[in-house]
Amino acid sequence: MVQIFGIPSAALFGQLLIGLINGSFYALLSLGLAVIFGLLNIINFAHGALYMVGAFLAWMLLAYFGVSYWWALLIAPLVVALIGVALERCFLRWIYKLDHLYGLLLTFGLALVIQGLFQNEYGSAGQPYVIPDGLQGGYALGFMYLPVYRAWVVAASVVVCFATWLVIERTKLGAYLRAATENPALVQAFGINVPRMITLTYAFGVALAALGGVMAAPIYQVSPLMGSDLIIVVFAVVVIGGMGSIMGSILTGFGLGVMEGLTKVFYPEASSTVIFVIMAIVLLIKPAGLFGRRG
Amino acid sequence: MSAVDAGTKETAGAFRAQAIAFALMLAFFLVAPYFVYPVFLMKVLCFALFACAFNLLVGYVGLLSFGHAAFMGMAAYFCGHAAKAWGLPPGVSILIGTLGATLLGIVIGALAIRRQGIYFAMITLALSQMVYFFCLEAKFTGGEDGIQGIPQGKLFGLIGLDKMMPLYFTVLVIFLAGFLLIYRTIHSPFGQVLKAIRENEPRAISLGYRVDQYKLLAFVLSAALAGLAGATKSIVFQLAALTDVHWSMSGEVVLMALVGGLGTVYGPVVGALILVTMEQYLATLGSWVTVVQGGIFVACVLLFRRGVVGELARLLKTAL
Amino acid sequence: MKKLLLLSALAFGLGAASAHAEITVKIGDLSDMSSLYADVSGPDGISAVKLAVEDFDPAKNGMKVEIVSADHQNKPDVGAGIARQWYDVDHVDAIVDVPNSGVALAVSQVTQEKNKVFLISGAASSDLTGSKCTPNNVHWTYDTWALAHGTGGAIVANGGKTWFFLTSDYAFGHALEHDTAAVVEAAGGKVLGQVLHPLNTSDFSSFLLQAQASKAQVIGLANAGGDTINSIKQAAEFGIVKGGQKLAGLLVFLSDVHALGLQTAQGLTITTAYYWDLNDKTRKFAERMAAMNHGKYPTMIMAGIYSETLHYLEAVKRVGSAADGRKVVDSMKSVTYEDPLFGPTVLRVDGTAEHAMYLVEVKKPSESKGPYDLFKVVAKIPPDKAFRPLADEKGMCPLVK
Repeated sequence: MVQIFGIPSAALFGQLLIGLINGSFYALLSLGLAVIFGLLNIINFAHGALYMVGAFLAWMLLAYFGVSYWWALLIAPLVVALIGVALERCFLRWIYKLDHLYGLLLTFGLALVIQGLFQNEYGSAGQPYVIPDGLQGGYALGFMYLPVYRAWVVAASVVVCFATWLVIERTKLGAYLRAATENPALVQAFGINVPRMITLTYAFGVALAALGGVMAAPIYQVSPLMGSDLIIVVFAVVVIGGMGSIMGSILTGFGLGVMEGLTKVFYPEASSTVIFVIMAIVLLIKPAGLFGRRG
Repeated sequence: MSAVDAGTKETAGAFRAQAIAFALMLAFFLVAPYFVYPVFLMKVLCFALFACAFNLLVGYVGLLSFGHAAFMGMAAYFCGHAAKAWGLPPGVSILIGTLGATLLGIVIGALAIRRQGIYFAMITLALSQMVYFFCLEAKFTGGEDGIQGIPQGKLFGLIGLDKMMPLYFTVLVIFLAGFLLIYRTIHSPFGQVLKAIRENEPRAISLGYRVDQYKLLAFVLSAALAGLAGATKSIVFQLAALTDVHWSMSGEVVLMALVGGLGTVYGPVVGALILVTMEQYLATLGSWVTVVQGGIFVACVLLFRRGVVGELARLLKTAL
Repeated sequence: MKKLLLLSALAFGLGAASAHAEITVKIGDLSDMSSLYADVSGPDGISAVKLAVEDFDPAKNGMKVEIVSADHQNKPDVGAGIARQWYDVDHVDAIVDVPNSGVALAVSQVTQEKNKVFLISGAASSDLTGSKCTPNNVHWTYDTWALAHGTGGAIVANGGKTWFFLTSDYAFGHALEHDTAAVVEAAGGKVLGQVLHPLNTSDFSSFLLQAQASKAQVIGLANAGGDTINSIKQAAEFGIVKGGQKLAGLLVFLSDVHALGLQTAQGLTITTAYYWDLNDKTRKFAERMAAMNHGKYPTMIMAGIYSETLHYLEAVKRVGSAADGRKVVDSMKSVTYEDPLFGPTVLRVDGTAEHAMYLVEVKKPSESKGPYDLFKVVAKIPPDKAFRPLADEKGMCPLVK
């Protein structure tokens, strides 16, 4: 058994893998959050709740309609995107002119409503969701055992994150988005429908969260509380990465997941705290975040 | 954070309105325990003090802290430990709890004050999360079980606090002391400088005020009083638990201040009364409490930003 | 004339009062109604209370019984708050069930303070009748000592010498781990390590990896309900059992095995106080419960709720009132029971109900003939061996002289 720093390699790589998997969810969710903050200037506390809705939709599709995981990957984000459109049109657009903090409070309230409704119906214990056919089993790699599904999660997240980054940073649509962030009035004057862009951006951001939810369902058990525990960590990721920066969120998300995993190996009790320690340090030294552009 | 304009001139009318409000509040809490379950009222009083302490920071200094539960909860743990493990009388234990919260306030405040607005909120959240995980791991807090069976003891060696009414009036006195301290702070020269900082910080700096020191002092005072509320609560319920340091508790106190009226004197008391009552009576409905709380948040932010007391103050054209 | 009217009114009143010398009893079922323990006790436990009241027949005994229930959400402060309110304001005389030992310890203190009765079925910590015993506690169904010596003892005897514990980080998990570690070490085995996980965890992967890395022969699951189900499922996902390590489910209920399915759960060794397929009486009870609960068969917690509620009501009748909790519990301790579900049972001075326990094994899928035909009885542990000897409790529990 190979030993690294006195820890058997199986344990080390195993925890690193789990860290990467957690990191995938952090990255996916913080990506959506960063996109929404970048354009709407809203700190979307409801992100965790909508991630949970995505997971529940996947479960409901399977339990009530027998619709498989693969279809759920498509359907759940679409449904949540529609919910996002409704939320933005009905609630969010009234508060754009107000201080950031009202956005935080409003979305916090929305999160409580969504969570409470699901808790009422389904209790707080998790609903089981089976790992889809084709992704079951694992590879015995010698130095560790790699479950197929978890490897898929990491791979899929990397692809989705990179694709999103590409769209925003390298395409014309993305350029319009970034311009509208800088100067909405001017962009509107050029004939671009900025309000519609805002609505669609919010919808896209929460759809990413829902996608994360579907992917999480087989691993984390579908429970109404799954979003609220995650959202605080995702905030930390976004703050550390830089609140408007896409690449910052992605890299920080994966990075922090790995840091968490490593801490679990050497000092397990501190693993949940390490993210917040880093967050506090970053906020004090460079509040714009590691990759942040805004002051 | 643009709060209610608490800078309405202190006219005789305003003073009279506030005196009436104080008399009403005092009368209510003196008479109520004979009609309503006193333990419920004590819960209201503790949360009212907590909300008032929180409101001092957000309404008058303009700093929204999203981690105030850390002070309330840590004080509860320190007080509980002092009373149970060290066998100290309740008065001393509550003092120890408050002192603990004060120290924590100095540490967190010194770090958090350096930033403003949303970044300030985020730092307080991060630091309070660290406090939460510390409480989860530390031996003396009892983890998920909390510190149970905290003895109520005898206040000043004379008044047995295990009887309902003596306990109630002790809590009432503590609440009034905290409330009056906050009132005095707001209406003092110190309070005026705080308002000036909230209105226009660069100007205050240019006038020569050491703004950071003022902000830190206000933060520590707010933390100390939140701690007083937490320590008292642990004696009343004989329990200190993780829910006291969880971020959802921080969210609840924000809601209380918001519903009651940010930046008003009586708002937090009203907000605490409304929310604790609602939780009590909706408890049988389980998770509907969460839904209703969320709904109130949404309604308040969209329509009702001044809160109950804030709207009342506007109607009466005075400051409450 | 006035005097006559007054006298007759008085006589009438007195007559009415003596005719209605009815004893009223209010029982509160406090449980986890919505989270990880909701299936092992929860709302279905209330049916057990109702059946006990029905079988007692209050009308025939000149009593009136009322039942209330609430959700403690696995939080000690919520549970204690509800208990206090129930006792102070709602005139509840006894609280029954309370899974989650942390909450149970808090409720036990309030119950002692108010001199009411705490009929424990769901909670497991042996501290409730040990270092934290009170004269108002009745710990009926099972406790961590019984589980440790039952399951733990059996696995160690079968060759499982090195252990690693996956422990739920609160009163119950610590008690179960502590009691089982004592059994392992007394039999010459060794505890290689432990990892603590928060209550109601959904992802055990990092904890299971640590267990795997320890290379222990046995991974002891010192948790229950939803946590145990998730641990076992994810252990299968990570190939832990395939890798040669054995899983020891220290507290597993019928509902857990039903949720896991025989394919995953087969071969697990379990200690239980009640199984529906033991005899005609246990089968009858199960059928009645299933009829009230959408076909779900009762767990041992629900059986315990039924038995102790029944005996509590009998004791209240003997004493004449439910007001003095200690008196009622003392009366319960004075009787030897021939309990319909648990067999010969004695309520000891420390509050433990001493009855037989059963070592069962989960059947293979081929051996099962029905959705709840899940266990086969391997051994019966006699009452005097099943629970911690009173002699060991001297110095722990002040009630044991």
